[in-house]
Amino acid sequence: MKFSTARRHIREGSKNIIRNSWMTVASVGAVTTTLILVGIFLTLILNLNQVAENIEEDVEMTVYAELTAGEEELNELEQNLSELQNIRSLDFSSKEEELEKLVEDMGDTGEQWGSVFEDSNPLNDAFYIKANQATQYKSLSEQIQGMDYVDEVSYSQTTVENLLSFNQYARYIGIGFISALLLTAIFLISNTIKMTIIARQEEIGIMKLVGAKNSFIRWPFFVEGALMGVLGSIIPIGIVIGGYYYLYENFNDKINMAFVELLPFNPFALQISLILLGIGVFIGIWGSVMSVRKFLNV
Amino acid sequence: MIELKKVSKVYKNGVGALNGVDVTINQGDFVYVVGPSGAGKTSFIKMMYREETPSEGQVFMNGVEVASLKKKEVPYLRRDIGVIFQDFKLLQRKSVYENVAFALEVIEENPRKIRRRVLSVLDQVGLKHKARFIPAQLSGGEQQRVAIARAIVNNPKLVIADEPTGNLDPETSWDIMQTFEDINASGTTVIMATHSKDIVNQMRKRVIAMENGRVVRDEHRGEYGYEV
Repeated sequence: MKFSTARRHIREGSKNIIRNSWMTVASVGAVTTTLILVGIFLTLILNLNQVAENIEEDVEMTVYAELTAGEEELNELEQNLSELQNIRSLDFSSKEEELEKLVEDMGDTGEQWGSVFEDSNPLNDAFYIKANQATQYKSLSEQIQGMDYVDEVSYSQTTVENLLSFNQYARYIGIGFISALLLTAIFLISNTIKMTIIARQEEIGIMKLVGAKNSFIRWPFFVEGALMGVLGSIIPIGIVIGGYYYLYENFNDKINMAFVELLPFNPFALQISLILLGIGVFIGIWGSVMSVRKFLNV
Repeated sequence: MIELKKVSKVYKNGVGALNGVDVTINQGDFVYVVGPSGAGKTSFIKMMYREETPSEGQVFMNGVEVASLKKKEVPYLRRDIGVIFQDFKLLQRKSVYENVAFALEVIEENPRKIRRRVLSVLDQVGLKHKARFIPAQLSGGEQQRVAIARAIVNNPKLVIADEPTGNLDPETSWDIMQTFEDINASGTTVIMATHSKDIVNQMRKRVIAMENGRVVRDEHRGEYGYEV
């Protein structure tokens, strides 16, 4: 496309926005409403997702070695474990270290137990394993149970599975809800733009008559849709960022659960702004292109 | 240059507009298409710039069968044809200059050339001094001149006019006809559907008379042939 042509398309698209100001207000309003809802919902989902990921990250599998296993056997087991696929970390904790931990956990009474068991430690040597993903624990535990010198594999199976299915549902519902919102917005926009096109049908007819290519006719509408998307995303971005800032400043410190933590404001604000802007432009363009298509096949 | 072979047109609603039309028009011809309302004149004309395609038969423009053109190729066909209507079809929001320049902008002509060409065409139709006016500020004859300027601004080989003087008083009509005469004199083919007996009878050209979708008369230096 020539530079002068591109400039013309942008000029025409912007003019149309101003010329059909009421239609523009209606379309921009549709984008704004949708994006506010999408923004709030997205914020919620992303934070929930973060919480879920934190929890998933904390899940750990413990492999207890047989009590009789000596240094050589332990080395062999460690070798075998480290060759497993999908493992993020593998840490060894000797029975002495296990005892120390236990003593620490038990507090005052622990001290006494510690001295009792110092000579005849009843604990197992253990390996702590973190999988790449929480979904992989089940198959990992099955594989490990088949290895030599393994006494027991333990991870909180039901917790992990419940957590996983909850996260999965939350994500599906979120995606479904957001898609429905977006489709509604696209429909609203394409309808309003359709009305502006009916008003411009004569112009399109003349363009076709003097030999304009369809792509040439479509471009200004493309620009118009994109501009509507940009305009429509300003208020939602303001609301979401402002609201999030308020929440983050006032409540983040007061939440006292280990893995519940709001996403840090700094990258999040920028990310959600870009996402909302992107969605706005996308539905603007899609809505306008969809509505022009019919009028071009005359 | 233009060849219609046994062209018939039946619209989707069952109305038959053309019925076995055979016509050949050569480059540089000046042709009147006459006949009563509903005779098929407009359908005949629309075949040429592919506003309509034949139900049966073929239309050739410079040897190319128009109906076989792909959708993408149609714009290029239309760039060689200027079309003028009874109701001018000007964009009311744009100035005279912009209305004419529009035809060159949409084919992505370079801006400097557009300016030169538009001013020269406006000069040709005698409206250079009103370039900044909008259509509503012009008389009917002037508006039709703008439409003519738009039709010829990219030097088409063929100019088609559907009742170009239909909305104009006789005196203005003669001025407009003079403009068409000039266009034709420079080698451009002109096809004009008209109801104006005076014009046809005074400016003797080829006359194609249509009735009920058929060509009933085709004579050089013909007469209008109908009582008004």
